[in-house]
Amino acid sequence: MSRKVVNATVNGEPVEFLAGGGQSLLDALRDELRLTGSKEGCGTGDCGACSVIVDGRLVCACLMLAPEAEGKRIETIEGLADNGHLHPLQHQFLEHAALQCGFCTPGLLMASKALLDRNPDPTETEVRYWLAGNICRCTGYDKVVRAVMDAAADLRQEKPR
Amino acid sequence: MSGVEYLSPGSVAEAVKALQVEGARVMAGGTDLLVQMRVGRAKPRVVVDLKRIPGIADIREQDGAFIIGAAASGAAIGEHEGLRKAWPGVVEAANLIGSTQVQGRASLGGNLCNASPAADSVPALIAAGAACVIAGPKGEREAPVEAIQTAPGKTSLAANEVLVAFRLPKRAVYSGDAYLRLIPRTEMDIAVVGAGVSVTLDASGKCVDARVSVGAVAPTALLVEAAGAALIGSSFEEVALAKLEAAVAAAAKPISDKRGTAEYRTKVAAVLARRAALIARDRAKA
Amino acid sequence: MSDGNQPPANLKVVGTRPIRPDGVDKVTGRAQFGADFHLPGMLTGRIKRSPHAHARIVKIDVSAAEKLPGVKAIVTGAEFDVGAGGDIEAGEHAAAMKDVADNCLANGKVFYKGHAVAAVAATSPEIAAEAVDLIEVAYEVLPHVVDVDAAMAPGAPVLHEDMFTKGVMPKPAKASNVAQKHVMGRGDVAGAFAAADVVVEGRYTTAAVHQGYIEPHACVAAWGADGQSTIWCSSQGQFLVRAMTARILNLPLSDIKVIPAEIGGGFGGKTTVYLEPVALALSRKCGRPVKLVMSREEVFLASGPTSGSSMDIRLAATKDGKLTAAEMTLRYQAGAFAGSPVNLGCMTAFACYDVEHLALVGYDVVSNRPKVAAYRAPGAPMAAFAVECAIDDLARKLNIDPIDLRIRNAVKDGAKTVYGATVRHSAFVETLEAVKAHPHYKAKLGPGQARGVAAGFWFNIGGESSAAVHVDEDGGATVVSSNPDIGGSRASMAMMAAETLGLPIERVRCTVADTTSIGFSGSTGGSRVTFATGMAVVEAAQKVVADLKRRAAQTWECDVAHVDWKDGVATCLDPSKDVKPLSLKALAGKSARTGGPIAAEVSLNAQGAAAGYGVHVCDLEIDPETGRTTILRYTAAQDVGRAIHPAYVEGQLQGGAAQGVGWALNEEYVYNAKGLLDNASFLDYRMPVASDLPMIDTILVEAKPNPRHPYGAKGVGEVPIVPSLAAVANAVSAIVGRRMTSLPLSPAKVLAATRAS
Repeated sequence: MSRKVVNATVNGEPVEFLAGGGQSLLDALRDELRLTGSKEGCGTGDCGACSVIVDGRLVCACLMLAPEAEGKRIETIEGLADNGHLHPLQHQFLEHAALQCGFCTPGLLMASKALLDRNPDPTETEVRYWLAGNICRCTGYDKVVRAVMDAAADLRQEKPR
Repeated sequence: MSGVEYLSPGSVAEAVKALQVEGARVMAGGTDLLVQMRVGRAKPRVVVDLKRIPGIADIREQDGAFIIGAAASGAAIGEHEGLRKAWPGVVEAANLIGSTQVQGRASLGGNLCNASPAADSVPALIAAGAACVIAGPKGEREAPVEAIQTAPGKTSLAANEVLVAFRLPKRAVYSGDAYLRLIPRTEMDIAVVGAGVSVTLDASGKCVDARVSVGAVAPTALLVEAAGAALIGSSFEEVALAKLEAAVAAAAKPISDKRGTAEYRTKVAAVLARRAALIARDRAKA
Repeated sequence: MSDGNQPPANLKVVGTRPIRPDGVDKVTGRAQFGADFHLPGMLTGRIKRSPHAHARIVKIDVSAAEKLPGVKAIVTGAEFDVGAGGDIEAGEHAAAMKDVADNCLANGKVFYKGHAVAAVAATSPEIAAEAVDLIEVAYEVLPHVVDVDAAMAPGAPVLHEDMFTKGVMPKPAKASNVAQKHVMGRGDVAGAFAAADVVVEGRYTTAAVHQGYIEPHACVAAWGADGQSTIWCSSQGQFLVRAMTARILNLPLSDIKVIPAEIGGGFGGKTTVYLEPVALALSRKCGRPVKLVMSREEVFLASGPTSGSSMDIRLAATKDGKLTAAEMTLRYQAGAFAGSPVNLGCMTAFACYDVEHLALVGYDVVSNRPKVAAYRAPGAPMAAFAVECAIDDLARKLNIDPIDLRIRNAVKDGAKTVYGATVRHSAFVETLEAVKAHPHYKAKLGPGQARGVAAGFWFNIGGESSAAVHVDEDGGATVVSSNPDIGGSRASMAMMAAETLGLPIERVRCTVADTTSIGFSGSTGGSRVTFATGMAVVEAAQKVVADLKRRAAQTWECDVAHVDWKDGVATCLDPSKDVKPLSLKALAGKSARTGGPIAAEVSLNAQGAAAGYGVHVCDLEIDPETGRTTILRYTAAQDVGRAIHPAYVEGQLQGGAAQGVGWALNEEYVYNAKGLLDNASFLDYRMPVASDLPMIDTILVEAKPNPRHPYGAKGVGEVPIVPSLAAVANAVSAIVGRRMTSLPLSPAKVLAATRAS
């Protein structure tokens, strides 16, 4: 088996891990780095539970090869809270009860973060279409969408434009 | 996936060389290849990742024409203002491929070379008259997009050829394009039917050029010349649109599968082609 | 607590919306789900599955796989020792253990594509996959049948040579695919139909649909050298996993410890075992921990969807809209083994309505599909689809408002259901009236839009539960629950304990215990946890309060009858004592001097779970040229008793409605001509995504708190999927201009119907 050393930045920390040529970034995060917050719901890019941000772009970690991560900046759910302080999205998800089982939640949060990073004032429709790649089977999305909209408002207030 | 070797060549020449190896597969965004590897449908020995080749993911404007790198992501295509303005149909088609997450990776090159009959960007590119820039051991060649797919999963590219970029021609003054697809949900589905239309009008609004392409109704995306001909010379009157619909329905040779029935695909292909033609017309006028 | 006692008013915690105690873990990625465990020396397991719909296993050759370096164990169904089998009570159904074992690993025959045949454990996922490829299975392929009506037809391939339809006298001479016939009814149906002013009838079908939880089944099993083993798994019931695994491997219950992981959705689908006995058999064989995780494809192929169905229905009514009689035949797919929820379909079909004359026949039918598993109100949504569509037809025929027609026929307290229960604490009429008064129901529809209304019922259950409440030395408390928290139940458990103890919610935490750390409990299912386990929590907290009062009395040297407990503080009512009140914190701080640790555990068998009723309203429009449906507005109302944590109750209503919309519009198991499942992926199974749905309004009807629960709770999780199929279908039918009788209402079907009408 040809495993290569990969150097990347994960949640601001430099990391080094071994990756097989056909191994997904998701498997590397979960099995090599033990960052199990990113979930596998399908392994084929259809559910979004493994959403992470790579060099500022939202991707499914299951649809990226681990060796591709060389030199990349990766953000996962484990890095969303800042030194133990919840991100406004995390806070609003809790306030709104926007999770039931919580399995899709890490992916939804990372996808929502990627949205608010580029669109601080999304409409409900924009939120719904942006999050269409994150399947939640528990909530019917109502509270998720409300939580994202309210977190956007919180962030706008924090950083007045 | 044991024994898969990952290569990320730094130039097109290196990529072409890497593809000499038996069992090598090109990867651009990887959103199809990784799924096929996961379910065991693709078992490459070597994965040749194009994305470290300088310029392979760039979008450039050149004297009104556009060069889109084969590995440019859907997200990057959607963010390119000039391209969006000149070729809104191509951009909307590219942006319909998969979720936001998939958009961060999926490329036009991959969408075409994966050779799915239902690939969203392909009918839009064919309608747009786009050409492919292909590199091989003997240098570069160009081919129209409609010459690439030959059958589901098969292309006319040699095993050691790499699709490098798409070339979209300079737009005439009154021209516009559009792409529509039908999926049962609003997102996350493979097109049951897709239709791309590009038109050019004269100052009076009469159609002087039109290309119509439909997807998911035949083994490959179809360029329906008779449908384009139905529009040329018309001002999109009912008669012309009915002719366009008839031409599309006649050209469609769909199968029934888990995603839709042949009868439904044929009907809806005609409906979408007409709707896309009208959107393209409105964009041409604007 | 007896009927007629009203639950207490002036509640401080119950009815509020605090942040769930496990919330931060779930939004930071710290929560450990089934696949997140890792043990030293752990092996990866993988399962070899049938490529055929129906075949006899001629031979399984594992010799090549065994020789592959890194392969540590291979098992087949021969490792199982289920003996005589027997049943295990699994909440809403009894599981036949012989069938559960044969479903985990095939025994002689495979009954569907994806049926497990053998399993390997190896040192890496790659080696495990290669080993699975090296296992050679010789099959004799047999004719297959996947459609329920085709499976009942004479001459259909018979799956089980020993299946003779139960419930038929005399016992049939020939084996068939009909496992059981259920008959229930009352009155003079023929006479009532003969006398009816108006009759409506229809034949309805629904497709098999999957629960669609996002977390695939996952477990880790570790066999100990002393025969004692541990299983970490994602399931709806750690005790059920223990019971089933022990039975299948013929082990004593006390030798297996099951530690429940966080569970990434279940909806009933995780109330059985697929992996745990296999993983433990592998671990037993090689002495190392084994992890087994399903892929999404395996989840679709081999874990339970719920039944597809075909149903015939006739309703009789007077011209002013009083239902007088109904007859209905229900045919439900059971999948590979007996046990569809058709009996529950029969029981719930007319549970919303007061119908004097009823005749119901249900057929439980096997076919070459995965064995069905429970799915949210198992059996009820399909039956309600047919009933609520027929009632919609009746409303149209009689030109009566569909809600008025339902109010006219709504079941009321004291009525007898067809299955013999007496209706109690029902607020169905109030729920209908709440919908009628809601702005949604009065809102004007745009051109080309239509509104659908439908109702639904679920029993809700109680049953065996255990819980403990521990008072910490600093005056906080910990609740130990016996049920996996699938949707926020830690919050409601902690809230009920906080309310009873008089503590702020932030001072009460809740944990879910393993099988060795708390008394037995039934599974998380049947909408029973807030009711039954909640009752155990409250009783444990009440015991703690009694103990605290005793300790206060001891401190004050007064009669315990003179100690009042309110808001977490003991006050002495004896005027002769000049003492200051004692807080829970003060009492906890000196517990060592007043009798030792303060804790109580309660195990009970909760009775008196009141049924729930839901009414949904759906507005939609259809693209007339493509048949695509767009949901525009949706409101779900429900008789909830009293909502402990209203936000999570709303979430149940919204989530159930969303699942029902998927069932109605797009979801289905698609089979090809070879009887093989053709759409085993989220991509092609087509569950609703965020952009498919509008906001889902909710109306929590709290008109009838359940007096059998200390805080008035009813189960709420299952009702909300029941009305949604017909709510959607009734609106679609209104636009199409003809009755749509077959789910899913795919664009192709709708377009064809639109063109035909």
